[in-house]
Amino acid sequence: MPASKHQSVTKIGEAVDRIDGPLKVQGKATYAGEFEFDQPTLVGVYVGASRSGGTLTHVDTADAESQPGVKAVLTYHNAPDQRPFSEPGDEGRFGQSRAVLNDTTIRYAGFPVALVVAETLEQARYAASLITHDVATDGPDFLDDVKEAQTTPESLDGGFEPDVSCGDIDHALNSSMRLDMTYRTPSQISAAMEPHTTIAYYDGDILHVHTSVQILASAVTCLANTLNMPEEKIHVQSPFVGGGFGSKLGLHNDAILACLGAIHLQQPVKVALHRRQVFHSAPHRGFSIQKIALSADNSGHINGISHHSAMPMAQDYAFAEATGAVARITYKADAIESVHRVKVVDSPMIDSCRAPGDSIGSLAFESAIDELALASETDPVTFRLNNIAPAHPITGKPFSTHHLEACLKQGAEEFGWDKRSKSEDNNTVKKGYGVALAMRMNMIVPSEAKIVLENDGKITVFTDMTDIGTGTYTILSQIVSDFFDMPASNITINLGDSRSPASCGSGGSFGASSSATSVRNACEKLSAQLCQMMGLAQGTHTVALHDNQVIAGEGNTQQSRSLADLLKETEGQQLEAKGEVEPGESHDDYEQYSCGAHFAEVTVDTVTGEVRIKRQHGVFSAGQILNKKTATSQLQGGMVWGASYALFEDLQRDRRHGGFVNCDLAEYHFAVNRDIGDISVSFIEEPDYKACKLGSKGIGELGITGAGAAIANAVCDATGARVRDFPITPDKVIAALG
Amino acid sequence: MRPFTVNRLTDTQHLNDVDSFENSRFLAGGTNLVDLMKHQIETPDTLVDLSGWESADTIEETDETYQIGAMVSNTDLANFAYRKEDLSLLSQALLSGATVQLRNRATTGGNLLQRTRCYYFYDTNQPCNKRQPGSGCAALDGFNRIHAVLGTSEHCIASHPSDMAVAMAALDAKVKTINPAGNSRHIPVRELYRLPGDTPHIETVLGGDELIVSVDIPKRPRGTQIYRKVRDRSSYAFALVSVACDVTLKDGVIDDVSLAFGGVGTMPWHAKSAEDFLRGKTATSDLYAQACDIELSAARGAGSNDFKIPLIKRTAAFVLEQAVGQQMAHPGHQGAIHAR
Repeated sequence: MPASKHQSVTKIGEAVDRIDGPLKVQGKATYAGEFEFDQPTLVGVYVGASRSGGTLTHVDTADAESQPGVKAVLTYHNAPDQRPFSEPGDEGRFGQSRAVLNDTTIRYAGFPVALVVAETLEQARYAASLITHDVATDGPDFLDDVKEAQTTPESLDGGFEPDVSCGDIDHALNSSMRLDMTYRTPSQISAAMEPHTTIAYYDGDILHVHTSVQILASAVTCLANTLNMPEEKIHVQSPFVGGGFGSKLGLHNDAILACLGAIHLQQPVKVALHRRQVFHSAPHRGFSIQKIALSADNSGHINGISHHSAMPMAQDYAFAEATGAVARITYKADAIESVHRVKVVDSPMIDSCRAPGDSIGSLAFESAIDELALASETDPVTFRLNNIAPAHPITGKPFSTHHLEACLKQGAEEFGWDKRSKSEDNNTVKKGYGVALAMRMNMIVPSEAKIVLENDGKITVFTDMTDIGTGTYTILSQIVSDFFDMPASNITINLGDSRSPASCGSGGSFGASSSATSVRNACEKLSAQLCQMMGLAQGTHTVALHDNQVIAGEGNTQQSRSLADLLKETEGQQLEAKGEVEPGESHDDYEQYSCGAHFAEVTVDTVTGEVRIKRQHGVFSAGQILNKKTATSQLQGGMVWGASYALFEDLQRDRRHGGFVNCDLAEYHFAVNRDIGDISVSFIEEPDYKACKLGSKGIGELGITGAGAAIANAVCDATGARVRDFPITPDKVIAALG
Repeated sequence: MRPFTVNRLTDTQHLNDVDSFENSRFLAGGTNLVDLMKHQIETPDTLVDLSGWESADTIEETDETYQIGAMVSNTDLANFAYRKEDLSLLSQALLSGATVQLRNRATTGGNLLQRTRCYYFYDTNQPCNKRQPGSGCAALDGFNRIHAVLGTSEHCIASHPSDMAVAMAALDAKVKTINPAGNSRHIPVRELYRLPGDTPHIETVLGGDELIVSVDIPKRPRGTQIYRKVRDRSSYAFALVSVACDVTLKDGVIDDVSLAFGGVGTMPWHAKSAEDFLRGKTATSDLYAQACDIELSAARGAGSNDFKIPLIKRTAAFVLEQAVGQQMAHPGHQGAIHAR
């Protein structure tokens, strides 16, 4: 339970160090795999199916069972009863049954066929290697062409409609200069540093689960549904999460398998995915094909925008991302058409991965916009300035706040767009510059928190919210410290416990605003209680907590009371207040977006095709920034992932067995330190009180949106080579150079 | 992990004390072997742990050679070579490999014997003749972007991943070995490796009980040395292709040239045909692509790695031209081209 070391007040917006940082660097933050029960923990290792979906025809565990240290080998023959996979149908995908070892159905390559539980990891791994199995399958299927995706998804992630349009798109596209482009983005995986890990223990009454998950409440529901247990008998804890990026929104095979082992053996069982298993057992992002048609008139104004997205959807796992969202919102046009189609395929699970929709949507769309700017012979910054939508281009609704133009202008100034020079070009290494815009929808998700005030002036916040490395612990501490004008060192933040009030969880860039508002509301309620106890009218006085004193009001009417004295009569000599938040009333009247502008400078070696990044600069508008330090880190992290999407990440599936091929961090490339040059972030700050009472908006997925396209555009600027098949690897650059 | 016996070796005299070399492996830095054991790809019965073998963690310089002890870390060797103009190629190659953390652990002997990064070699669910002789090669018709185009066979197209070994091949280093009987021999790095043929699981000419003691690099005048590694990202990535070259020019004529390729071969590829073509010719810019074509005449792509053939050609031709240009501008130059 992290508490700040700051003896002083930490204000909202201040660049406060992470309060969980010291625990993490000292190894005192207990991650899921490090938890210890009183009894020794057994270790479970599972065997994954050798090929893609089908039927398990044979599994032989005899050799494994006879190995030293082996306590149990579970298969569908002897695993505890579970509810069928993906039931109940009306539950969201994070709450549905995630049954494994329940029948002979093999959902995808790598799907668990057996679990070995042994005294040590080495014993379990070796025994698992002795298990043989066979899968009867028709072979995997793939999405190869736009035409194969014919299914309209019921809904898109983020609540977007699959298809929207306005105006006469054919007329708009054909009445002026038209470009038709097909962009492809590869399968990608979150690749969080901490592999998915669970330790479970069933004491005969309560199932105790220590896991790494972004949302606690739905994790409890998932286990209850999978294991046919009442929710109140399940206790999930996830105080520290070593990166999620969407891959830990729900629970995965490690969690279910650990629980099955724990129930079967009535002893603590740990299942940690090894890195290769993460690629199959945790969800990944599907491949996308984005057909984009754009047109512009002679004066460089966009006439028509058509975006058609085709992606795979995993069988029995309804998730489709809104790849076209940025094409609907960024620019005004006479006509806009955005269409999403999927092909249901037998594939490992496809789900959220780092800014679903916008990250890969912007990669393609902001590249396409650049193509249009170049074809219009207009400077890419000027072209964008000329076409920014002042209100929602399709619905006409106003934005709550909108600083896209300001981001672009300030960014161009800070980056030195007008001073960019190619003078350092030598013969074979070319320099290039690129720009791209970012728009990311903001939302508030229902969230609850409880705060407890002790008579010594210490406050503890309880919410089942998580900190996935984003800074939740720190900003919630700031909210309380700022509100009560109290030292941060008197505040403890308790996260990641399913017995605490249910929060929004971490995901979709909604975590900070939603959970922080619920904590702020709890503070207000506590403040009102204190006022009432002091005989003051509710809500008319500010309340501060200084040195065990409650100070209410200001100036002549200020009152001060000893907290111990005030709480003498209360039960346990403490006060409790609950706060909650729901999407506000203004939610439907305004479009709420965070926005930003990205700039990049790269070099391209025209002999080898290697692209190297020199500089990235981003300017962002996301309302009130809650903590400049964690916000900057998060946005820079997003920009690094954007660089990864542009140049490196490429998860390949074998066309014969359907499993992933490059399943380790040596061959699944993302940006390393040396790939990132100078990286800088600045803010255009203006609280957006239509978004929430703190005025903040989401930043979690803003940094990545548009970041990759700025790099892709810089590559084209350097060489004239436009690579439409991401990532832009040396082989593709050379092919494009011709 | 499969149970195994560990023998600790502190000097080569005790090699005789190892109970059995049947299915044994020498454990040096462990950066590759330990990973492979965790995944049951390597399943030795015996490990001979070399971590206490201190006498092999030294570099000795004589008038004729640099003798690099087998246990010298890649970091230490890179630092040593960085200060020697005639070993510039080696430091460039080492510093382009892996990461600082890995180079701190990885050893000179172990680096030479690291195993392929072939995706299917790593996936125990898939056939692989290198991992399980006779089971087949999943890479031939699979995704093979990182695979070899030179020295391949119908049984294996796995590429050798080392950077250091490519430089060692160019520098014509020799591996000194010893066996339990006390017999010692020198094997040129250029002859250390075996083509996969129909026995891709046998990767070198070393016996199972034969231990690399040192790698000896002949001391002789060298010219302009360039190690150019082309990779997807700028660090912690294996070479898509790499070129090691050392060129000496005399009166406009290529007096001597050493050339080796990485990333393209089933072993560190000594480009002997290209060397033979170039040596003694008057340096002109049309020569380099021709030399590459000769070396690559037998190159075969397997699909996703087809791009490597033109990529190694343009990279090697560029590097040769660059080295020759340096020799022309600075006759007698020895070492790296530092300023760009």
